[in-house]
Amino acid sequence: MTVILNEGDAAGTTGAASGGPVDAAPEPGKAMTRGRLVFIRFMRNKLALVGLVVILGMYLMAFVGPLLSKWSYDTQDYSAFLEPPYSEHIFGTDKIGTDMFALTMRGLQKSLIIGLLVALISTTVAAIVGAAAGYFLGVADKTLMWVVDLLLVLPSFLIIAILSPWFRGKSWFLLVLMLAAFQWMITARIVRGMTLTLKEREFVKAAKFMGQPARKIIAKHIVPNMASLLIIDATINVGSAVLAETGLSYFGFGVQSPDVSLGTLIGGNAESATTFPWLFLFPAGFLVVFVLAVNWVGDGLRDALDPTSTRVRRKEKKDTKEKAA
Amino acid sequence: MTTSELQFDAPADPVVDGPVLQVEDLHVSFPSESGRVRAVRGLSYHVSPGEVLGIVGESGSGKSVSSLAVMGLLPSSARITGSIKFQGRELIGQNDAELSKIRGRRVSMVFQDPLSALTPVFTVGDQIAEAILVHRKVSKQAAAKRAVELLDLVGIPNAVERAKAFPHEFSGGMRQRAVIAMAIANDPDLIIADEPTTALDVTVQAQVLQLLETAQEVTGAGIVIITHDLGVVAGFADRLMVMYAGRAVEKGKVDEIYQQPRMPYTLGLLGSIPRLDVSEKQALVPIKGQPPSLTDLPDGCPFAPRCPMVVDACHTAEPPLMDVDGSAEHAAACIRTNEIAATDAEGAEAAVEIFGAEVAAEPEVAKIPREQRDIVLGLDNLVKEYPINKGVVFKRRVGTVHAVAGITFDIREGETLGLVGESGCGKTTTLMEILNLQKPMGGEISVLGTKSSEVDAKRRFAIRRDMSVVFQDPMASLDPRLTINDCIAEPMQVHGYTKDEINRRVPELMRLVGLRPEQLSRYPGEFSGGQRQRIGIARALALEPKLVVLDEPVSALDVSIQAGVINLLEELKSKLGLAYLFVAHDLSVVRHIADRVAVMYLGKIIEIGEVDSVFEAPRHPYTQALLSAIPIPDPVKERQRERILLTGDLPSPANPPSGCRFRTRCFLHASLPPEKQRQCIEVEPPRETQAPDHEAACHFAQIRQVL
Repeated sequence: MTVILNEGDAAGTTGAASGGPVDAAPEPGKAMTRGRLVFIRFMRNKLALVGLVVILGMYLMAFVGPLLSKWSYDTQDYSAFLEPPYSEHIFGTDKIGTDMFALTMRGLQKSLIIGLLVALISTTVAAIVGAAAGYFLGVADKTLMWVVDLLLVLPSFLIIAILSPWFRGKSWFLLVLMLAAFQWMITARIVRGMTLTLKEREFVKAAKFMGQPARKIIAKHIVPNMASLLIIDATINVGSAVLAETGLSYFGFGVQSPDVSLGTLIGGNAESATTFPWLFLFPAGFLVVFVLAVNWVGDGLRDALDPTSTRVRRKEKKDTKEKAA
Repeated sequence: MTTSELQFDAPADPVVDGPVLQVEDLHVSFPSESGRVRAVRGLSYHVSPGEVLGIVGESGSGKSVSSLAVMGLLPSSARITGSIKFQGRELIGQNDAELSKIRGRRVSMVFQDPLSALTPVFTVGDQIAEAILVHRKVSKQAAAKRAVELLDLVGIPNAVERAKAFPHEFSGGMRQRAVIAMAIANDPDLIIADEPTTALDVTVQAQVLQLLETAQEVTGAGIVIITHDLGVVAGFADRLMVMYAGRAVEKGKVDEIYQQPRMPYTLGLLGSIPRLDVSEKQALVPIKGQPPSLTDLPDGCPFAPRCPMVVDACHTAEPPLMDVDGSAEHAAACIRTNEIAATDAEGAEAAVEIFGAEVAAEPEVAKIPREQRDIVLGLDNLVKEYPINKGVVFKRRVGTVHAVAGITFDIREGETLGLVGESGCGKTTTLMEILNLQKPMGGEISVLGTKSSEVDAKRRFAIRRDMSVVFQDPMASLDPRLTINDCIAEPMQVHGYTKDEINRRVPELMRLVGLRPEQLSRYPGEFSGGQRQRIGIARALALEPKLVVLDEPVSALDVSIQAGVINLLEELKSKLGLAYLFVAHDLSVVRHIADRVAVMYLGKIIEIGEVDSVFEAPRHPYTQALLSAIPIPDPVKERQRERILLTGDLPSPANPPSGCRFRTRCFLHASLPPEKQRQCIEVEPPRETQAPDHEAACHFAQIRQVL
């Protein structure tokens, strides 16, 4: 049969989209699944890897650092008040003589977990609720969107203030849940809207007609096609969760003195930023680096997931050129 | 009606002697990530007053860009060199304000998509009046009056009322009429029509072509018609120019090009079109590969990589356009024109000879008589209605859309049924009902003997194995975030194949549809439309179904690519003994691929039967009109054909006419004496057998040959 082999043969590397093949597969001939391909594409993105290393490094530092330091966040050095960084206190001390390094590390421990978990939970909830409402419509949509609207109109701080006596002294995980609970609604609405358009796309119909159950269609086709939005949303949420937690601390809920988080440190020391900069710059600097690293990882993940992303492609072209040289 | 003071010039008074448009050595290039895209490379042509020039080529051949350059509508990043002379005046280098004086006044344009060519927030009448007011000093009233006259001229009934309507209240065909009315409002000397009929139904396409002809008669303008469909221009154009990779590769008089094409590309294009008027299975010529990337063109002939006649000399230099056959009018850019001229065959037959296409064998199962084969899909009086609701808080039902009003047909093993009709006739609704496998509102769907009203979820899931679907749009039917491997593997994963089985079967399927298994870890975005459609077919075949539902599988593809996909479908059918339900609006494709055909009109099947019988001896007036509207890529035949033009558009399925649903547009009904007309109005015609395996639903069915 001469007829059928033509188009594919001539296609070769000149795909419809300009540019070369996306993946120089390490094992040619063996087809890769999505997970593996995304992993390879992610690993190719150097900035994302740097971000990942920075995040892991910060975790390590936050939990191992205090063990190496002789100062603790709840003890004071009465011989050093408001000292700028020097050999004894490498980050300086605050006005009651607490070591800033110990404080920052203690804050980092809290904020790393709060930031990442809140972002993860709120974006996941948003994706699931939004996609379910948009996909099933009808009663599911009405109920879920009613909840979303309700949470949007209720002043979140008021509710937390009312509930806080009940929560007092309970685990930090409740705080994470509370923060996440008030962050997902707007994203859920956007996700619902995107689902409505995605649902009409033929590949979703095709999956439906081959017998794919609804939850799998959502997980396999709908959510991955909104990955860019969700990842951007999650990275933004990391930063805002850390700061929102400060607000909660005012209600006597969340992180309480003498315990600290990056948020309370930044909030409490903001007025000293120009006079005693070390009080503000170290916690703020760690937050900036943390959020930046999360952003890099997020960008890398987005590019790895997005087949049309040109960044990976350009990089990859360079790689192959180098290899050829 | 008194006519307004604005009139067309008499067609016979040319303003300037010589051609209206003279394009010399036009080059257009755009900057892009991967280098300069040289979209047009040295194009020359001219259009005389009253002449119709057809520009034909695949998408990406530079045909639209060259005409946008004439209109001065290219983005400022485009680099344009060469010369475009309109009535002796150079257009290149003029600023926007100067060009605006010409645009719309002397040169006007008809775009492909009539919906986006009209502003949704102004009435159609206002928009046409605006086109007049911009260029002429007349009162608003005079312009409005003229707008109504123009709408009347382009055949919009009740023009005074309709001028006050908004674009969304017009159907596609009416919108395109309004756009044409706007184009001729200022009596232009040149009309550029960019794929004016591509977005329209066949019946409307015929009306619009007729209208362009009328427009040309009243204005005496030269027309440039751009299209990818060689059929459309066969009867309409005087001269033809075939473009490839930004250059003209062949030009000449229409008859010469269709009968003695001298460039292999033109040959391929002609050979790739399925013919409506050929009953025996003809071999379709697919042109292999894709148009070259316009950023780095190879030395030599750009068509060489896809050409069946390529020799070493083709790669050395790009051949210039040379006169062929000693005719000053006919020129082709090929070094082997003499050899093509030496073949005895003409037109499409020569293409088959040169490209070496072959007809797929009949499937084994087709040798068994139809009655003895199993019924794969049976529809019995299927009904689907949608409620029309009004009100925000309390929804009340104010009407019903009768999308599918009782249709009956069956498909047997190894058979292809073509389901055709205008858009809005209920084809897609029928398909969705079949694919959804839910209990229908009325009637019955049975797949392989299992009735859909009686199945439970488990059985329904099992039926899905035997029935799969290929969608129209190859861009939308594959998940852009899944690799091809995952796309093809998905149905098998759903139906519980083991990993080993899947890993073995996926490359097998890739080879089956003519793609290379090495490409499996790529994303759909890296494939061309034709390749993606092949991937869609591979996915549909993954579970070894008995029935494949094809929803306009080739209508989104270029003709040359379309031929390849049709050939593939035919081959798969004979190899695997599949049954197809082939939904299409292109009757030529249906004639080529289908064994039986069902014609739908407003939710009913009005004619059904064996394909040759229906096409050669159509009984229902609607089928006759539909067939006569399809252009045949043969200028001589096309000019002699009598066209049955249907008046108006499809009536709303929410309020179908009483009795025979077609009577409002029926030419036969109109010619009947009143007592016979009564029967049409009062009694709905039943489907009656007219010939062996040929039924039609018309009280006064009679054969009328239209091909």
